Formats: sequence, C-alpha cells, structure tokens
Amino acid sequence: MGYRNIKSTFPAGHYYFSGNEALTEGAIAAGCRYYAGYPITPSSEIMERISVRFKDVNGVFMQMEDELASICSVIGAVWAGAKAMTATSGPGFSLMQEAIGYAALTETPLVIADIQRAGPGTGQATRVASGDLMQAKWGSHGDYSIIALSPWSVQEMYDQAINAFNLAEQYRVPVFVMGEEAIGHLRERIEVKAKTTVFDRIKKKGAPPFGTNQDDAIPPMPSFGEGEKLLVTGSTHNEIGIRKTDDPNVHSRLVNRINKKILNNRDRIIQTDSYHLKDVEVIVVSYGFTARSALFAVEQLRKEGKKVGLLRLKTIWPFADKIIFDIGQKAKKIFVPEMNRGQIAGEIMKYATCEVIPYNQTNGEIIHPHRIIKELRSIL
Amino acid sequence: MARDLEEYLRPGIDSTPFCPGCGHGILMNLILRAIDGLKISMDEMLFVSGIGCAAWIPSPNFNADTLHTLHGRAIVFATGAKMFNPKLNVMVISGDGDLTSIGGNHLIHAARRNIDLTVICANNMIYGMTGGQVASTSPLGALTSTTMDGNRYRPFDLCKLVLGAGAPYVARYSVTQPLLLVSAIKKSLGIHGFTFIEVLSPCPTQFGRRNRYDSSADMLKNLMERCISREEADNFSDDELKDKIVTGEFMNE
Repeated sequence: MGYRNIKSTFPAGHYYFSGNEALTEGAIAAGCRYYAGYPITPSSEIMERISVRFKDVNGVFMQMEDELASICSVIGAVWAGAKAMTATSGPGFSLMQEAIGYAALTETPLVIADIQRAGPGTGQATRVASGDLMQAKWGSHGDYSIIALSPWSVQEMYDQAINAFNLAEQYRVPVFVMGEEAIGHLRERIEVKAKTTVFDRIKKKGAPPFGTNQDDAIPPMPSFGEGEKLLVTGSTHNEIGIRKTDDPNVHSRLVNRINKKILNNRDRIIQTDSYHLKDVEVIVVSYGFTARSALFAVEQLRKEGKKVGLLRLKTIWPFADKIIFDIGQKAKKIFVPEMNRGQIAGEIMKYATCEVIPYNQTNGEIIHPHRIIKELRSIL
Repeated sequence: MARDLEEYLRPGIDSTPFCPGCGHGILMNLILRAIDGLKISMDEMLFVSGIGCAAWIPSPNFNADTLHTLHGRAIVFATGAKMFNPKLNVMVISGDGDLTSIGGNHLIHAARRNIDLTVICANNMIYGMTGGQVASTSPLGALTSTTMDGNRYRPFDLCKLVLGAGAPYVARYSVTQPLLLVSAIKKSLGIHGFTFIEVLSPCPTQFGRRNRYDSSADMLKNLMERCISREEADNFSDDELKDKIVTGEFMNE
C-alpha cells in the first residue's frame, strides 16, 4: 500500500511511440488492468493498443456500447479492486460527465484520457483543440474537485499516465489526462526507466470507507468481495455509506471534504516548469502542445535580449493560483496563448495582479511559434 | 419463521422504505429466500441497483456488498465488477424505468454479450419515485401523471426484448406467484450467463390510485386474475389474451 517502486513493464531504454501509444504504456506500467471504451477520434489508438497489450498483462478489456457504459463499468471494476481507465474525446467526455460526478462523490479513483479535438458539437474530429478544460473542471453538476494534467510531449503522455493513476489512488479522485490531438498523434522518442513508482490504494479493514475525523482527509478504500459489506451510493451518504438525503450536516461535510482533500493538498499535486523567469517583463503562461510553440518563441526572443519567460502548467486542476499570483507580482504582463476561447486566461485573471493578455485560436490548428513571436513583439 | 431471514439484512435495518401495498417488499423477501435456499454466502454476493424505488431493495437493506449507481447504469457498473472479479456473484435489482428505458441499451448489450449476471427487473409499470409518470412498460390507456387521458403507446414486452437480444434464460412472474418466483431466482443464480427475471410488482400509490383500484388488495387480486401460465395461454384466443399477462420461463437454449 502507498508508494513503492516496481519493475517497469518495458525494459529500460528508449522507445519510439505516438502520444496515444505512450499513454497506453504508461497506464499499463502504473498497474491499469481494466479498460472499457468506445471508439472515438482522435483517441481510438489507445483502446486498440490496450486490446492487444492487455493480453500480455492479464488485463480485462471491454469495448462497450457507448461512453456511458464505458465510464460506469470502469467505476464498477475499480470497486471490484482494479486500477482502471477509459479514453475518449470531447463528445464522449461530455457523455461521461454524470458518471464523473458519481465518481467524485463516491471517491472512486479512476483515470480518463481526453484526447481533445475541435468542438463544440461534433466539430472537427481529426483537428486539435484544448477546449475541454472547463468541462473537466465543471462538467458534472454540483461542487467537486478533480485533478487534470496537461502533457506537452510523448514522454509526458507516458509519465503523466503513471502520475494520473498514482494521484487517483492517493486522493481517491478521478484524474484526467487532458491530451490534445496533436500530442496523441505526435511521434517522439521516449525514455522508459527500469523502475516505475506506483501508488496502491490504502486499505484498512473495518475502517469507514467514506469518512475520517479530519475534514480534508482521504479515507481508506476497500473492495467488493473482501467481506466488508460495502455500501456504495451516489446519493449523499454518511461515513459508512448509509444514504442521508435530507441531512444538511452530512451533505455539507461530505461536499466540503471531497473538495478540501484536493484543494488543501494542491501544493503537493501541482507541477509547473519555468523558463527564464528571472529578470522578466512578459511571462507567457502555457500548457499542452501550445507550450512547445511558446518555449520556441521565448527562446528565440531571449536570444534577441527580450525580457520574456515561460511558465508551463503541467497540472491544470487544481489551478496553480499561488504561483500565478507570484509571477503576476514580478511581470508587467502575462501572455496566454490557447487553443480555446480563453479558458485558462480567465483563471489567470482571477489571481494575477498584472495585465493579462489572452491569445485565442480556435481553427483546429496548432498555434505556430511565429504567431506567438509576432504577438509577443507587439506587447514587449 | 417470521425472522428467519434476519441474518441477511444489514444490522440496524428495521423497516422497509416502501409504501403500504407496494410489491417490492415481497420481492425483497423472495430474493433472500432464494439465496437462503441455495445457501449462498452473502460475502460472495454483490448487489447492484440503479435509481428508483426498486433500487432500494438491496441498498442499504441487504447485508452484502451493495452498489447503488446512476439512473439506468446498474448493468454496466455490474459488468465492470463482474468482468474484473469473476468470483463475485453479481445480482442486479432495479426497476422497469431504470433497466429498460433510460438503461435499455445496456440491457440488450449485456444480454447479447451474455455477461454472467442475474438481473431482476421489478416492473410496476410506472415511474413511482418521481410521482407516477408514464413508463415504457405502462399499459395502453394507463392513466399517469403525464398521460391524464390515457397512455397512447404500446408497452415493451420485456421478456421478448431480452430473449431477442440473446439471453439464455428469461422469466416473468408476479409477486403473487411467490413459489414460482423463488424457484426462478434460484435457477437463474445457477446459470452461468445473462439471466433476466421480470417481476410484476403493484404500485398502489402511483398506479393504483390513478387507475381506479380501490385498494392494494384489489391490485394484488387483479394481478392474480390476469397472470396465467404459458400452458394456459396456449388455450386462449388472441382476444382472450388481451388482458392477460403470460408468466413462466422463456429460454433460448
């Protein structure tokens, strides 16, 4: 139980993968042994590879009748003891939202890879976007907190898949790997280390599975078939799972705890990378594929002596509020290029004290470095 | 005798959540009698239910692992648990609206895949918990809170539907046929594959009062009169069968 190092499923070395393949291998290395999914572009390669690779590792793969069935069977498998995941894209992610709220309330650890495509609606199925970030945070009804990660490379599709499972198990929460079409289909060399650090869920016989004395703690999680006579329900419940559908204290305690257990631990969860943040006037805040273009642009302008730096968000939710406040204190301007209509720029405006300049592109294409260079020149 | 099934109930449970005259309490009793008859340990049982009155039959009442899920999704939650841990003996208990309307797609696909589940559908022919709206199982002409001038659409024949989707064992009984129902539940628990039992269960609160049944007992009497066996049905004309409910076992294999 807890963190331990195990042998990686692949021998240590370098491999050449697409992002979707790397994510699949990361999930398997992290211990994922149940997968249920439904075909959807541009994530389908994940399910195809799982269907083959699970034969090597004794995993259970189910191609379900729709995304509702996929996510719900994942939750069922998790309570039966599995580390489990599904992968999808925008329309499927929308269909999964009700069950995501169920997973948040029942504190069910699971991983969803959302390989984002251009929406809304059916949109452009084969084209890139990062338009699902607010849906990841607010998609289901009610108040809950989840964790969402934003990989920028094929290596990170592998690493963040492992991180996603570990965070899910540690915090008993749904974790989303918010890939983008361009990362899912990008091919790059990655390094697999000899050992993989994995987190196995904490079990404590007889302990209440839905409550603790602290208002931000994570209770231990038993599985079906262990004689615990579990009561799992998506209705408001007390610490042993008995439905309490009209008790204001039980509801407020439960909703507070499932939020606080994530938000109070955000310093441990949030990961960022920074480049050239000393002696800086304009800071670019970026994530996902766009951060590749942003880094290229920043390096280029630094060579010209421009005072520009980059903060890369590897974790989108919980949001890096304190870090954004800090960089807002030392920069004159924050520039936020995004493949959406400003979903993260709006968050940055909440916490930054300086001017925040969004740059939004929703044409189904990546934001090219020269576009960012041009925009930065105009504000430097 | 009256307390002989108490060990199957979760400690602290001292009453059922159902309205007076509801058939679900009888069904709860019969499911436990079947499990008791087979001497299955509650430690290996997982009961999965959806949303609605019938979903409260196992949760929290049964002293076993219970999974109370989203509306319509009980069968797919159960599929995930069963596929990952085949040692679990998984029974799905839910209502007609839950399993056959909002969850209808999962029902036919689980039957097609022949997932090893026992599915018990408590059919009260109406949405009880939400106030008596018309269901996909309400009879033609039924008065409900959304069909005050009578239901215009035909109900599903649930057994034909699930049989058509490939389930190896399908049965239909009313709570007024307790011995047959216990024997069907026992049989389904012994079959390795997808089994489906439709259980007719009266809802006096929502269905009865709108459709001119004077009492719960009248609803039970009506079910007893209308439920006939498959053998009896063979001797009835189509016209005579109109108001009858054919009960019995229907098998694919």
